[in-house]
Amino acid sequence: MLSIKNLHAAIEGTPILKGISLEIKPGEVHAIMGPNGSGKSTLASVLAGREEYEVTEGEVYFKGKNLLDLSPEDRAREGVFLAFQYPVEIPGVSSTNFLRTAVNQVREYRGQEPLDAVKFLSLMKEKMKLVEIDQKLLSRALNEGFSGGEKKKNEIFQMAVLEPTLSILDETDSGLDIDALKVVANGVNQLKTKENATIVVTHYQRLLDYIVPDYVHVLFDGRIVKSGSKDLALELEDKGYDWIKEEISGTTV
Amino acid sequence: MSKDNEILEEFTSKEYEHGWSVDYEADEAPIGLTEDTIRWISSKKEEPKWLLDWRLKAFRHWETMDEPTWPNVKYPKIDYQALRYYSAPKQKSKPSNINEVDPELLKIYDRLGISLNEQKRLQGIAVDAVLDSVSVGTTFKDTLSKLGVVFCSFSEAVKEHPDLVKKYLGSVVPSTDNYFAALNSAVFSDGSFCYIPKGVRCPMELSTYFRINAANTGQFERTLIIAEDKSYVSYLEGCTAPQRDENQLHAAVVEIYAAENAEVKYSTVQNWFPGDKNGKGGIYNFVTKRGICAGNHSKISWTQVETGSAVTWKYPSCILKGDHSIGEFYSVAVTNNYQQADTGTKMIHIGKNTRSRIVSKGISAGKSQNSYRGQVQVMKRATDARNFSQCDSLLMGDKCGAHTFPYIDIHNSSAKVEHEATTSKIGEDQIFYCNQRGISSEDAVALIVNGYAKEVLNQLPMEFAVEAQKLLALTLEGSVG
Ligand SMILES: Nc1ncnc2c1ncn2[C@@H]1O[C@H](COP(=O)(O)OP(=O)(O)OP(=O)(O)O)[C@@H](O)[C@H]1O
Ligand SMILES: [Mg+2]
Repeated sequence: MLSIKNLHAAIEGTPILKGISLEIKPGEVHAIMGPNGSGKSTLASVLAGREEYEVTEGEVYFKGKNLLDLSPEDRAREGVFLAFQYPVEIPGVSSTNFLRTAVNQVREYRGQEPLDAVKFLSLMKEKMKLVEIDQKLLSRALNEGFSGGEKKKNEIFQMAVLEPTLSILDETDSGLDIDALKVVANGVNQLKTKENATIVVTHYQRLLDYIVPDYVHVLFDGRIVKSGSKDLALELEDKGYDWIKEEISGTTV
Repeated sequence: MSKDNEILEEFTSKEYEHGWSVDYEADEAPIGLTEDTIRWISSKKEEPKWLLDWRLKAFRHWETMDEPTWPNVKYPKIDYQALRYYSAPKQKSKPSNINEVDPELLKIYDRLGISLNEQKRLQGIAVDAVLDSVSVGTTFKDTLSKLGVVFCSFSEAVKEHPDLVKKYLGSVVPSTDNYFAALNSAVFSDGSFCYIPKGVRCPMELSTYFRINAANTGQFERTLIIAEDKSYVSYLEGCTAPQRDENQLHAAVVEIYAAENAEVKYSTVQNWFPGDKNGKGGIYNFVTKRGICAGNHSKISWTQVETGSAVTWKYPSCILKGDHSIGEFYSVAVTNNYQQADTGTKMIHIGKNTRSRIVSKGISAGKSQNSYRGQVQVMKRATDARNFSQCDSLLMGDKCGAHTFPYIDIHNSSAKVEHEATTSKIGEDQIFYCNQRGISSEDAVALIVNGYAKEVLNQLPMEFAVEAQKLLALTLEGSVG
């Protein structure tokens, strides 16, 4: 479904991603871990199409289409969803209004009729249950004054409403209390199907107890330096990143 | 980047939607401004002597005045002798009702989406249409007159209700008030008049639609709204003009009088031609709007959505004379390309326990300059006066400017005056966030801007709010790059 080959990307001339390759098939969950500043959010942003990042080399195909040729909104409409590490606030715009605009633009792209207010509200209600989000939160302006955890929950709620094929969760677990973590993980698991895939960016093994990954990748200095099974996450939790750094320098020197 | 540039291209090359003009036969005053011009206008309108004298007094005063230079706007000097001060579409005979108005003129309004035909009219909105200098027709007159509500053109009011006009004309904005008000008083040609008798809640929105059509002609309308004790009226004003290379002058005066327990809501969606993307042409909009809360517990509320004009100079104000009276000002002013706006309000607290609220939302894009100028004055007698002001500026891009000039003048120590101001930039990250959910950049800008202006838009009557939202989006389309 997603095929990344030798992806290089730079921001303001500084190379950040230095040759990433990754294959993701429908139904899979991939975890990406790595120290601060290693390029995890950059990878997510490049996939979502942020213009500040310049792709200098490599290619990305999504469902057979050249993803890098598509505008950010068309990527979203094709089914790429990014749960942001730092969701932005949009004053005065209610979550409901925002999401309805989004849903209907996605539907239009796919040649579907727009949802009328009644149908949209019933969709909202259904998904609200899934992520146990309070209706009051959704009538407020989008993310404005939301607590850190509420923002993260709202991201997953939006994901539930938009039903993407590829979801990228960038540190969705940070800032969540333990109950919220379970709720969010539960929501993500319920949304899992054989057709869609998830990339989970996290620093903590804890989340992976709930959202069990098929693969774990370690990103370091803009490259995937190690891939493995779920156990790799446990090992990282135990030993930190130093041993990987040593391993790399051992092999390169 | 390239995509945003494309959008920008598309927007800036997009023409002003109402930029067409129509040829019709007109009655015109000779170019230039002298006492004779004023006599010509007054006789054309078959005015009584007292009104001619009033005009002449204003003119003589105007001649002694200088054009104000304090607003934060720049424009070439206006040659007042090169303008025409009166142009009226020629009608075969004076229409006594809307069905007799020249169909050619009605077509102009149809094209603007404003139907003056009562059968096809917007539900519950009475319209007075002013083309260039004169009113071409007012709808719903009969329905309103049963309640004693007078809603007609200014000229008609001079003929039919001379005592009311004589009593209130210039009572809120004296003919000598300021340069443009004096000019208007001397040469005003028509406008709307509205009188709500005691105890009447006007059952429909009253609306005036102003259209400048003739070239090289100034438009000087006068609106007078009188709300007697315990009455209520909601009044709407809309404006458009054709696209022309040369600038055109518009200097209107609006006066509102609210008696005891009366409430007047005045809403404007101003969409005069703003000039092209290089700053050529556009309307100079120099307007004096003022209301007096004369009676106790009266209320005047101004709401404006300012999207057009090359230069705007406008400060709808409230004189809070009655005890417990309330003044409100809600404004969204958008400037793009080379537009300049210097707008705000004055709240003058005279009575006890008077309240005022100011919510101003400026949005600047392109190379435009957007200034808020507001004055809150609390007089000696105004015990326990309260004011709250919120002035926000939103910038799009880095070539535009936003400025805030609040003046506070307090002569009573019990006054409570609060002022809050913020400046923000429309964020790339906000737009990207919307994009990532499948929303196009243009719709993202529309969402963000409408969210920002929501508190003001909420004040508008429903049909107008939708119009205003579209207009905001249209004005700013593609201005993020
Ligand atoms: N505008 C910029 N100019 C130069 N370097 C930048 C710029 N923006 C980001 N970077 C750098 O890119 C690197 C990768 O950042 P990124 O946000 O992708 O890291 P991350 O792996 O998500 O880290 P974290 O775990 O802290 O979220 C960092 O070193 C960061 O400082
Ligand atoms: Mg990150």
